[in-house]
Amino acid sequence: MKIAGLAAIAVTASLAAGQQLQEAAGIPYEVRHVQGHVYMFASTLGNIAIQVGKDPGHDGVLLVDTGPARLRDTILAEIRKLSSEPVRFMIVTSPDADHNGANEVLLKPASSRNFQTQSDIALFAQDNVLQRFSRDGSGVPSSAWPTLTFLDEKSFAFNGEAIQIIAEKNAHTDGDSIVLFRGSNVIAAGDIFLTTGYPVIDLQRGGSIQGEVKALNHILDLTVPRSMQEGGTMVIPGHGRLCDEADVTDYRDMLTIIRDRVQDMLRKGKTLEEARAARLSRDYDRRYSTSAWTGDMFVEAVYRSLKTK
Amino acid sequence: MGRAACAVAPLLIGLLAAAALTSPPAFAQRGMGFNPSGMWTAMYHEDELERTDPGSPVGDYLGIPINDDARLRADSWDGDLVSVLQHQCIPHSAIYAMRAPTGLKISTVNDPASGQINAFIIDGTYTGPRTIWMDGRAHPSQFAPHTWAGFSTGAWEGDTLRVETTHIKAGYLRRNGIAFTDQATLTEFFDLHGKYLTLTSIAEDPNYLTEPLVRTESWVWNPYQVFTPIAGYGSCLPSPEIPRPYGWVPHHLPGANTLIREFSDEYGVPFEASRGGAETMYPEYRKKLKQMVIPHAKVFEVQFEQEHHKQPEKQP
Repeated sequence: MKIAGLAAIAVTASLAAGQQLQEAAGIPYEVRHVQGHVYMFASTLGNIAIQVGKDPGHDGVLLVDTGPARLRDTILAEIRKLSSEPVRFMIVTSPDADHNGANEVLLKPASSRNFQTQSDIALFAQDNVLQRFSRDGSGVPSSAWPTLTFLDEKSFAFNGEAIQIIAEKNAHTDGDSIVLFRGSNVIAAGDIFLTTGYPVIDLQRGGSIQGEVKALNHILDLTVPRSMQEGGTMVIPGHGRLCDEADVTDYRDMLTIIRDRVQDMLRKGKTLEEARAARLSRDYDRRYSTSAWTGDMFVEAVYRSLKTK
Repeated sequence: MGRAACAVAPLLIGLLAAAALTSPPAFAQRGMGFNPSGMWTAMYHEDELERTDPGSPVGDYLGIPINDDARLRADSWDGDLVSVLQHQCIPHSAIYAMRAPTGLKISTVNDPASGQINAFIIDGTYTGPRTIWMDGRAHPSQFAPHTWAGFSTGAWEGDTLRVETTHIKAGYLRRNGIAFTDQATLTEFFDLHGKYLTLTSIAEDPNYLTEPLVRTESWVWNPYQVFTPIAGYGSCLPSPEIPRPYGWVPHHLPGANTLIREFSDEYGVPFEASRGGAETMYPEYRKKLKQMVIPHAKVFEVQFEQEHHKQPEKQP
């Protein structure tokens, strides 16, 4: 029985590994058509949404996040496979380095580029991203800073569909945004939504658990499943696999439950140590705790976030 | 041939002829054990109380090899969750769907040139149509979306159809909150015994199960079955039936769910046993049960009263 089970695990593990992945710098990745105009560059280091137009000479390429620096050349090469049109817009969903790795190279003056873009390329971000990048000691060169910022929302049309960039205040950080491709029916959620771990509630950079839960509920307001809570609006997480409303729901439920447990401890006057000892996220830790961001770290962030509310 | 054999021979021929009429036809495609396409009516002689309405009581984790994490998750589950908009139309996922009340319609997808079967379609479950790819294709990558049905590939092992399913959305092993995660996988074995189709399924979840969960279900071949898709499948539209706060997710806080003792109290099962775990799957657990205090089963008392038309004594 146990041997049969182990054999089955081995078979399914090999099946789950998938056969379509490519590799760059030792990092597995895949370019996947999501739907409509939107593709997803998915790697174990994070995801990028790529919107491409169908009308040469008029349309172009739009990126949501530019990925980690070490995959920059691979990402640019994969974009060129999807479209020969210039990259005209970039939108970054957070101030995280792994979402801004190719900002600088894409924003360089045209003469020094070895790929096709236009000199008037725009990089959108919530204003707080620029605020953070432009602070002394940020380590981010001005050549990688956003060129256009917004406070709450920015909408425009590109590649034949309406695009909404919506600020999600104080969620993972204070610089988060989500991007809704209204025609393609796709949302790029950035690090507000991950399938690879708990969300990093970055208190030092303005993140909060209440903002995180609120942002997930907002995503659920925007998604419409095709049928039986499946398909329809597809959601590209900051890290992990392509998802839909049901997956976001599962994640929202988990965070709400853990938040409520921590809130209950606070209501009872329990200390952080007592909250830690209660292992309030243990039923989700095997699935979402990672060495870089453990369940304990997440619970501590939730505790501190609620306490300073 | 002796006299006795002569007497038995016509009977045997008759039985074989009858079997030929009442069994699905033998399947001749090379490398394939049998063709399961057709109509199959579900049999509920196994785990009937769990599989039909109303399903397993809250707190009944018996026979499921869950770990402590899954136990806490199940203890936290609140049945009100189905009133949340995003939960109203969630169907059973592949790991549970074949246990649900269902009559199956199994059909084939054939290569138009060769007639070779490229896939089986299993319809009639709450998951909706499931496709079992038989053309040797690979499973999708780790970045592909998950679905309620998952992604299934099949291969013949002798006369047994073995199906591997990955990319399943998170769901429930039992309809009382025993969950599995989106990293769970399913291995299934379809066998034909005369006119009976038997499915042996093995669910594995690295997060919540300490051992594979093995379950079986059976169907009987029924060419007279009129196929009707599961009521509401594909047409379910969520609507706010009860006013709820925005973003409300019902759940029980750790240690606060008093309902989980009801199963133990009602059915006279020691509470410790009702908590499930791998050991409760095996016959040897009876020895441990004998050392526990067996609570009085209220459900039998109620049933006795009902069967003997006695009115419960009025409280003073």
